[in-house]
Amino acid sequence: MTDVTAAGPHVAAAMNLPDILPPVRHRRGVTGFILRRPTIALGLGLLLTMTFIAFAAPFLGTVDPTALAPAKRLRAPSDVYWFGTDAFGRDIYSRVMFGARVSLAVGFSVALLASAAGLFIGLLSGYVRALDGLIMRIMDGMMSIPPILLAVALMALTRASVQNVILAIALGEVPRVARLVRSVVLTIREQPYVDAARASGSTIGSIILRHILPNTLAPLTVQATYICGSAIIVESILSFIGAGTPPITPSWGNIMADGRTLWQVKPYIIFFPAMFLSLTVLAVNLLGDGLRDALDPRLAKKL
Amino acid sequence: MLRFIVKRVLATIPVMAFVALFVFSLLYIAPGDPAAVIAGDQASPQDIERIRLSLGLDRPFLVRFLEWAGQILQGNLGTSMFTGLPVTELIQQRIEPTLSLMIVTLTFAILMAVPIGVLAAWKAGSALDRLFMAFTVLGFSLPVFVAGYILAYIFALQLDWLPSQGYTPLAQGLWPWFENLILPAIALGFVYIALIARTTRAAMLEVLSQDYVRTARAKGMGESDILFLHALKNAAVPIVTVIGIGVALLIGGAVVTESVFAIPGLGRLTIDAILRRDYPLIQGIVLMFSMVYVLVNLAVDLIYMFVDPRIRY
Repeated sequence: MTDVTAAGPHVAAAMNLPDILPPVRHRRGVTGFILRRPTIALGLGLLLTMTFIAFAAPFLGTVDPTALAPAKRLRAPSDVYWFGTDAFGRDIYSRVMFGARVSLAVGFSVALLASAAGLFIGLLSGYVRALDGLIMRIMDGMMSIPPILLAVALMALTRASVQNVILAIALGEVPRVARLVRSVVLTIREQPYVDAARASGSTIGSIILRHILPNTLAPLTVQATYICGSAIIVESILSFIGAGTPPITPSWGNIMADGRTLWQVKPYIIFFPAMFLSLTVLAVNLLGDGLRDALDPRLAKKL
Repeated sequence: MLRFIVKRVLATIPVMAFVALFVFSLLYIAPGDPAAVIAGDQASPQDIERIRLSLGLDRPFLVRFLEWAGQILQGNLGTSMFTGLPVTELIQQRIEPTLSLMIVTLTFAILMAVPIGVLAAWKAGSALDRLFMAFTVLGFSLPVFVAGYILAYIFALQLDWLPSQGYTPLAQGLWPWFENLILPAIALGFVYIALIARTTRAAMLEVLSQDYVRTARAKGMGESDILFLHALKNAAVPIVTVIGIGVALLIGGAVVTESVFAIPGLGRLTIDAILRRDYPLIQGIVLMFSMVYVLVNLAVDLIYMFVDPRIRY
């Protein structure tokens, strides 16, 4: 446009346009979707890097992350011990690399588990009106226990293991997902097209599958991403205060717990796991923000 | 008005009852035999059986729950298995530092977050707005203990401006008390500020697009009056809600913050209770914090009625 006006009233200039402006290649598909959104690209990139670290941990120049070597304890970061060694002589670099496994496994599992359970309860509550009151009161009750305390209480009861940590954190997130799904169900089920579907003989099952579920998918994906981020934080907090994964497991929270008493003299023990932990959660949150903006443009303007 | 307040207060009773039932069930299904723990390693099976009978552990679930609930209503949270002291006494000893930390954090967070949110909404889309919003993403991503260690490292260890450890009771002077709480409160406040600032911005954006704001501008009202008198007042409900919900973050975060800054509060008590598997104490702490959370949100709902007279329950 500007080129045409700059060329003056001569229409002939417009004919040269194809020569001046190279054709724009529109990127479509998943790649284009991601590339047009820098927060998603950055978040996804960081998260994929962490996932790679988690999978490839044994091949990244690491040694046994649980191997004790009292003679080599508390070495500062050097070219042999990239991140130094802790009070038991364990290599912090190896522990941090293997720690990515625990954090990501907990984050993804909690997000999946809480979403699936919340989706089921939300659908049930939104569709079976007789159960709605009871279910929502139970959810209110569960939500009135602060999630970290709930997880702490559950972990105090059970043996420390990654599975138990996942269950303990997921339980606190279920009511939030259920509420979200229920609110979507309550809105969608009153829509004229759902009435039409019902009138034309669709069963409840097919209405849920074809109309309700697709509408819950966008908000549920965004919510699941945020749950993943907060689950990674809660896991590290649980491990840090000694109520999380078994102390021998190299998780970022455990490494920081080991460095707690020494942090004023040996801050590097805490620094490296803290950095990886924060970067991972940042990646997940960026991804969540990007997905929210992309999937719900109305909300994007508001938040 | 009174009728609505009473109605809302009564509505918290089933929630509290659920919390009590849940917390009790947790300990009911707890592995390990409390009688065996109390009796110690050298006890004979007869000793354990005697202790079990004296504690009433052989009676059915419902009987024990009702008795336990009755005790709680009388303010008795049981006895700590490890120290032998009443749980209420242990909580009382440790409550001041935790309460101080939470109140200072709450005040600090609101004073920071609301102006940030208002400014971001006022200058929506500007570089300032983007800067503030980037800050909130960081706030959500920085775990509270990471923030704590970074602050302690810079301001206590390197610059030596503030103490990095410990707590001074308020009775020993305002400044010594406050000085010890500055760094923990900032660390704990990060995520809370992010949460409140985002909600404030969203609520303000909604209000600023309303007709009455345009009218206020048209009649020549100053921008600050529009923002803080008209808009903020109308945006208050979601902001107050999120402040109430965020108290859960504060409670969970306080446990960790106290551990980073060596504050002898309820957080330390919680961690000790977990490490020693002192179930009555864990039960008491979880119950107390949950009740606080329920009451805070009750207060929030009551505040609504004053902020927005249209709201009635």
